[in-house]
Amino acid sequence: MAQVLPAERDLRRVIGDADGAGDREVDGLGEQELLELYRSMVLLRTYDERSVVYHRQGRIGTYAIFWNHEAMQAGAFHALEDEDWIFPSYRESAIGLLRGMPPATVLSWWRGYPAGWWNPEDYRVASICVPIATHVPHAAGLAWGKKLKGETACAVVFFGDGATSEGAFHEGANFAAVTGAPLVLFCNNNHWAISTPLEAQTRAETLADKAVGYGMPGLRVDGTDVLACYEATCEAVARARTGGGPTFIEAVSYRTAPHATADDPRAYIDLARVEEEKKRECVGRFEGYLRRAGILHDDLAASIRSEAADAVRAGIADAEAEPPADVELLFAHAYADPPVSFGSDLDELRRTLG
Amino acid sequence: MAELSIVEAINDAFHVELERDPSVMVIGEDVGRAGGVFRATAGLRDRFGPDRCFDTPLAEAGILGSAVGLCMAGWRPVCEMQYDAFSYPCLDQLITHVGRYRWRTGGKMSFPLVVRMPYGGGVRAPELHDDSPETYYVHTPGVKVAVPSTPGDAKGLLAAAIRDPDPVVVLEPKLHYRTLKGDVPEGEHVVPLGRARLARDGTDVTLVAYGSMVPVCEAAADALDGVSVEVLDIRTLKPLDEEALLASAAKTGRVVIVQEAPRTCGFAAELAAILAEKAILQLRGPVIRVTGYDVPYPYWQIEDAYMPSVERVTAAVRRLLDF
Repeated sequence: MAQVLPAERDLRRVIGDADGAGDREVDGLGEQELLELYRSMVLLRTYDERSVVYHRQGRIGTYAIFWNHEAMQAGAFHALEDEDWIFPSYRESAIGLLRGMPPATVLSWWRGYPAGWWNPEDYRVASICVPIATHVPHAAGLAWGKKLKGETACAVVFFGDGATSEGAFHEGANFAAVTGAPLVLFCNNNHWAISTPLEAQTRAETLADKAVGYGMPGLRVDGTDVLACYEATCEAVARARTGGGPTFIEAVSYRTAPHATADDPRAYIDLARVEEEKKRECVGRFEGYLRRAGILHDDLAASIRSEAADAVRAGIADAEAEPPADVELLFAHAYADPPVSFGSDLDELRRTLG
Repeated sequence: MAELSIVEAINDAFHVELERDPSVMVIGEDVGRAGGVFRATAGLRDRFGPDRCFDTPLAEAGILGSAVGLCMAGWRPVCEMQYDAFSYPCLDQLITHVGRYRWRTGGKMSFPLVVRMPYGGGVRAPELHDDSPETYYVHTPGVKVAVPSTPGDAKGLLAAAIRDPDPVVVLEPKLHYRTLKGDVPEGEHVVPLGRARLARDGTDVTLVAYGSMVPVCEAAADALDGVSVEVLDIRTLKPLDEEALLASAAKTGRVVIVQEAPRTCGFAAELAAILAEKAILQLRGPVIRVTGYDVPYPYWQIEDAYMPSVERVTAAVRRLLDF
C-alpha cells in the first residue's frame, strides 16, 4: 500500500507581495514561457469581460463569469502537453481558447448555436459539463482508458468547491485512485456555490484533506497565483505520467464576480471582502511579478491586451455571422443510427413550419 | 447449435465478442474474480486478463460515468449493473451524459457502451432485486433498449448491442436465466436491433410482450383452447419494430399487451398509443394492457399476485373476444 500522508494545509505561493517580497522563480519557465502564460491569462480575462458586456447587450445568453479564475485555468493548462485532456465545468467554458479553439465557438455555445458544440477530439477538451461534478468520472475513465492502452496522455478535470459535496465527485475520485488513473483533480475553491458558502458545504478543515480518504496526494495552492497553480499541476502531471496515479489540487481563491449573469450576489456575499479580493486579482498580480522581473513593460502589455481584444472582437463577429440553425439539427446527432421515426417527425415538422 | 440457458448464452456472447474485438471490455461489480453474481461473465478475467474484465468499486454511477470516459479513450465498455434496481444510481449519468454526449459533440464522437442487467421478479429475492425499469431507459433520448426472452436472442442482442455505435441498455430476464434453455448458434451470432420476433403465428388475437412476459404469453396461448393466438416478442423497445406491431394488429384486429412493470406510463402504454394512432380502423376492440400494478414491487410471499399471470392474460383475451 502506498503511504498516505496528510494533505498539505499551507497554501503554496510563488508570487510575492506587491513589493516583490517572496517572489520566486519556477523551474522551466523562461521569459518566453512566462509571457505565454500572461498572454493566456489576458486572453481569458478579455474573453470573460467582453462576454459580460455581450450578455448585457443581448448578444449572448446567460453566462457563467470566471473573472479572477484565470490563474487557475491558465496555470493548470500550461502544465499540460498537447495530448492531455481537459474536462471543463461551465466555469472553464473558454479554456479551449488556450488550445486554439476560436472564440466564436465558445461564444456560439453561449448563444445556443450548434456551432458552439465542438468535437472534443479536435482540442482534447471535453464538452462543457453543466451539471455539477458528473464529469469527474468521465475524466477518471478517460485517463484510465489511456493508461490501459499504453498511452502517455493524462487528464485534468476542473470543478468547484461545491462539487466536492456531490456523489459523482466521490465516485470519480475513488475510481481514479483505484485504477491509478493519470488524472489531476483540480478544485477551484472560490468559497461560493452560488449563494452557499464553503462552511455550509463541508465540515472538513480543508478540501485537500479529502484526498487522504482516496489514498491520493492532496495539496493547496493560492488560486490567484498563476505560477503556484502551474507548479503544482506540473508536479501532479509528472506523478500521473510516471504511474503515480491521481492528485487532488485545491486552488483557493475568492469569487469576486456573480456566479453567472443571472445572479445578484449582493443578497448574500460580503461586499467588503469582494473589494479586498479584487485588489489582489490574479492577472494584476502576475503582471506585477513580470514587471518586477523586467519581463513586461507598458508597450508589451498594451500589445498583448489589444491582440486579445482583436481576437474576441473577431470572435463575436464570426459568431453573429452564423446562419440560423436548420431544424433538421433537432434530429441530426442523437444517434449514429437514428430510429426511422425521426424521418417522419422531421417531415411533419417541416410541413407545419411551412 | 448448442443448447444453452440464457445466462450461458450471454457468457458465450462475451467470449466471442471479447475475442473478436480487443477494444471490448467488461466492467462492473464482481464481474471479474467471481464472474458476476449470476456467472454471466465467468471465465473472462482468466481468458482476457483483469483489465478487460474489471472488478470496479461498488459505485454504479462511477461505473457508467467512467465508461463514458473509456469510450472517449477508444474502448467499448460493457457495464454490468448487478440488479435492475441497483441501476438507479446510474440513471444520472445515463440521462445527463450517456444519452446526450454524441449529440453534444455534433455527432463527431461515438459512445458505443452497453449497460446490461438482470431484471424482473418472481425469484423470491429481497427488496429491490425484482424491478422492471425499462421505461426509464426507453424514455431517455440517445439510448437504445433491448430485452431478450430466449437464449438465442440473449446472445444475439448482446452482440448487436456491443457492436452498435450508440449506447444500448440490455435487460435480461433473470427469472429465466437458468431455467429456459434453447438453441444458440455457435461463434458469432448477431440479432439486429429493431426487429421483433414472431414467437407464435395466429389469427384471432395478438399478445405483445418482451422479456420474461413472453413465456407467460406463450403459456396463455396454449391455455386458450380454440383461439388462434399470435405472440409477438418485441425484443427491442427502442428502436421499435413498429411495422411488425402494426402488421400483427392488422392481421388479428385484437391486441393484448403484457408488461411486468407498473402500469402507468409503462412501455405497454406507448405500444397502445401507437396502435391508437396508426391502427384504429383495423382494431375490433380496445387495446388491453395486462401489467404489474402501480405499487412498489411487493413482499415475495405475495409477489405472484403482482406478476401478470397466465390467468390474467387469458381473462383479458376472453374479454376482448367478447367485446
